[in-house]
Amino acid sequence: MATHADAVEAHGHGHESAHSALAHHFDNLEQQREAGALGMWVFIAQEVMFFGGLFLAYLIYRMKYPTAFMAASNHLDWKIGTFNTAVLITSSLTMALAVWATQVGRSRKVQVGFMAATVLLGLVFLGVKAYEYNDKYVHGLIPVAGLFNPEPKLVQEWTEAGVTVQNVQMFYWLYFAMTGLHALHMIIGVGIIAPIMWFAWRGRYSPEYHAPVENFGLYWHFVDIIWIFLFPLLYLLGVHFGKGH
Amino acid sequence: MSEHIVPRSTYFIIFAALLVGTAVTVFAARIDFGPMNDLIAMTIAVTKMSLVLLYFMHVRYSSRLIWVIVAAMFFWLVIMLTLTLADYGSRDRFGPQSPSNYTL
Amino acid sequence: MSNQLTTEARGQEWRSRFPTVNYLNADYGIKSWLLTKDHKRIALLYLLSVTFFFALGGAYAAAIRLELLTPQGDLMQSHTYNKVFTHHGIMMVFFFMIPAIPAVLGNFLVPLMIGAKDLAFPRINLLSWYVYMVGAALTFAALLAGGVDTGWTFYVPYSTSYSNTFVILAGLGIFINGFSSILTGLNFIVTVHTMRAPGMTWFRLPLFIWSNYATSLIMILGTPVIAITVLLLALERLAHIGIFDPRLGGDPVLFQHMFWFYSHPAVYIMILPSMGVVSELIATHTRKPIFGYSFVAFSSLAIAVFGFLVWGHHLFTSSQSVYAGMIFSIISYIVAVPSAVKVFNWTATMYKGSLSYDTPMLYAYAFVGLFLIGGMTGLFLAALGLDIHVHDTYFVVAHFHYVMVGGTVMGYLGGLHNWWPKMTGRMYPEGWARFAALVIFVGFNLTFFPQFLLGYMGMPRRYHAYPVDEPLWQVLHVASSGGASILAIGMLIPGIYFIWSMRYGRFAPANPWPATGLEWRTPSPPPTENFITTPVVTWEAYEFRPIEEMKVVGPGEPDQPVGGQHPINRGAEPETRE
Repeated sequence: MATHADAVEAHGHGHESAHSALAHHFDNLEQQREAGALGMWVFIAQEVMFFGGLFLAYLIYRMKYPTAFMAASNHLDWKIGTFNTAVLITSSLTMALAVWATQVGRSRKVQVGFMAATVLLGLVFLGVKAYEYNDKYVHGLIPVAGLFNPEPKLVQEWTEAGVTVQNVQMFYWLYFAMTGLHALHMIIGVGIIAPIMWFAWRGRYSPEYHAPVENFGLYWHFVDIIWIFLFPLLYLLGVHFGKGH
Repeated sequence: MSEHIVPRSTYFIIFAALLVGTAVTVFAARIDFGPMNDLIAMTIAVTKMSLVLLYFMHVRYSSRLIWVIVAAMFFWLVIMLTLTLADYGSRDRFGPQSPSNYTL
Repeated sequence: MSNQLTTEARGQEWRSRFPTVNYLNADYGIKSWLLTKDHKRIALLYLLSVTFFFALGGAYAAAIRLELLTPQGDLMQSHTYNKVFTHHGIMMVFFFMIPAIPAVLGNFLVPLMIGAKDLAFPRINLLSWYVYMVGAALTFAALLAGGVDTGWTFYVPYSTSYSNTFVILAGLGIFINGFSSILTGLNFIVTVHTMRAPGMTWFRLPLFIWSNYATSLIMILGTPVIAITVLLLALERLAHIGIFDPRLGGDPVLFQHMFWFYSHPAVYIMILPSMGVVSELIATHTRKPIFGYSFVAFSSLAIAVFGFLVWGHHLFTSSQSVYAGMIFSIISYIVAVPSAVKVFNWTATMYKGSLSYDTPMLYAYAFVGLFLIGGMTGLFLAALGLDIHVHDTYFVVAHFHYVMVGGTVMGYLGGLHNWWPKMTGRMYPEGWARFAALVIFVGFNLTFFPQFLLGYMGMPRRYHAYPVDEPLWQVLHVASSGGASILAIGMLIPGIYFIWSMRYGRFAPANPWPATGLEWRTPSPPPTENFITTPVVTWEAYEFRPIEEMKVVGPGEPDQPVGGQHPINRGAEPETRE
């Protein structure tokens, strides 16, 4: 089964006589693997700063309008959010297992099976999000000028709490921007895993060479981490609304 | 190969921990801890993130270079958040009140 | 249309113009250039692109200087002038300054200097050029469609609520262009970490590599923030979501925070590679190792890190809290220290060195002096009290042109001259080159020095007209515009002789200066795979040796060890890869 070899970089004394996946400018597969992983981590660092800008905006406006944010968050269904969180965490598990399957040389069926599970769970997540967005649209909570028409009952509830409609709208645009960007990254992820699954089905990945699967796994887990923060920040604020702050 | 292969059992344990963490954060949100609300929610989120980073993303078994990159990621995010807060957090807080619409 | 020569024969003819088979003639035809994975060809593609945008930005600058010859706004209306300086800024900042040295010299030299066959991700390298071109095309389309008038800084609420120009289209072009930057930086970081030749330890690397590595850190960590900022700007403009609009509860200063979080480190993206070039030029042309190598290396990293902590100094007059202003002001003074370290070390290198006055060195001299002025005036601006008076005046304009043109462009030109023999296998004409350097130096100073005086006296920036009853102002503006025309001529001369040299220049040897560095140990121009044998490095950086010892392995020479010694490093013991 799995070995517990030390993961400190080994000296690349590869004797592979040009593995078909070895690019011409690398000396051996180990160097190529190292470069690929490093490249993906650097890319993830850049993505953290990309989302970071949105988290900054959230932080500033949350500090300015705490009650408004709680009131607005009240109308996000935390049960759906929790379900989606569980779905995404499970997809992270199946992705980790997909990487494991290539690492230990399990059959193509097992590899593709885990990847397919990941895709399926990802699509479930996106489907649920689409349902949520539609729900917001139906209730007039899309934060675009001209489309933001919340029901009078809601408006009254907010006015009674001393919160302006504009500040609530601020929350909703943050909600759409952050979850929208997150969903876009998931869609891109699903798009990237498709060719990887194809190659896995063709038997391309083995214990010697499975870098694309591993690196995609890093990307997928990163998307999961973003959601781990989005969920409490967006969905779990409004639970105390009404009890006073 | 030189890379460390994480056993499946570890993945399942971490998965369970993540689900537990999600449940905890939902239940904790229902209790009003006052000003500690945010801290508790973020602590749980950071813990979950760490589990994903260390085990699912193999950072625990990765080279020091990867650790440096991950640390740098946080550091830079913190710079952006903290120094901007240095502005927003100190407006109207010290010195004479300036006429503005901001109420912090 | 009858073709005398077949494609094959034309390829032969092309190849025969060069004495060796190298990356330029290894493959023939436009597809071999547009679909290349060779970092050297990609560098030349970038060279063409950035030169085009430099010329375009320069044309807009000419329009600005023409308008400012007279106090009245008589050449163009104010809203046209707004577009002109906006386009000048956007073209120059995003499509010339940020990519120029990393994407042209960096792409070409990084693998060569570390002894690698290519960058870590050659296809991503090509992608980065295509992404640049797509971004450039969109922005160019915005210009043609009617332009943008918000200033290159796109400040809200004007850009979101009031401007009726093509803000989103231009913003989209800049957004896409940012990814080009990110991909280049990613490539450099991974390459330097994983593809150094055996024996090339971190502290044997040329300082150009250290600078480009530090620059890449900034690219990776800063560019995504402007990406999200431009995205939010577009959302605000399209959908009025309220993030930056005070009427809807937003804060316009938040835009400034987010914009400058990237754009200040961006200026370090512009200057750091140029400093790296200057380190190489000074070492080569004084035939001395750089004084205090590790200090200079670490100062690059320090500038990259500290550069992220000072963005608030652009917000001193923008209702940012005074207390935050004090923090940013102090850190701005701190960030000047590593730059000063470099200047001191370059000067110490030149002391008792074998100084030459070859063109690259002339540009290096210019850099040191002009960057000194530009940097010091930056410190004036970092002082809270003084900034209140000179913010948004020509003082600021003069400051950043001294560092950007007097700094980056001088370094870029010096680097182009220094490595032109390597890149093209031809020498440029030295006499004309020195003359052009002189013209550029004179033109530059005449253009921008009067602007310090103008700014100090209160001339605001981005104004197309100024008071008639300040005759001294017009004198200074005329001097500045005169200088600009001299500068333009000076810039044209290398454009002409570089092209001339590709056909008629003297063939260059592998190591014309001669210099240390692995890039000089391979023929000029290099073969596609860079090195016939992978070099094994056993010497420190900038170890100047008697000329006979700097042997080059070229085609036709033995590439196997002869008498127990690799030809490329005589007297060396091969080391295992670390």
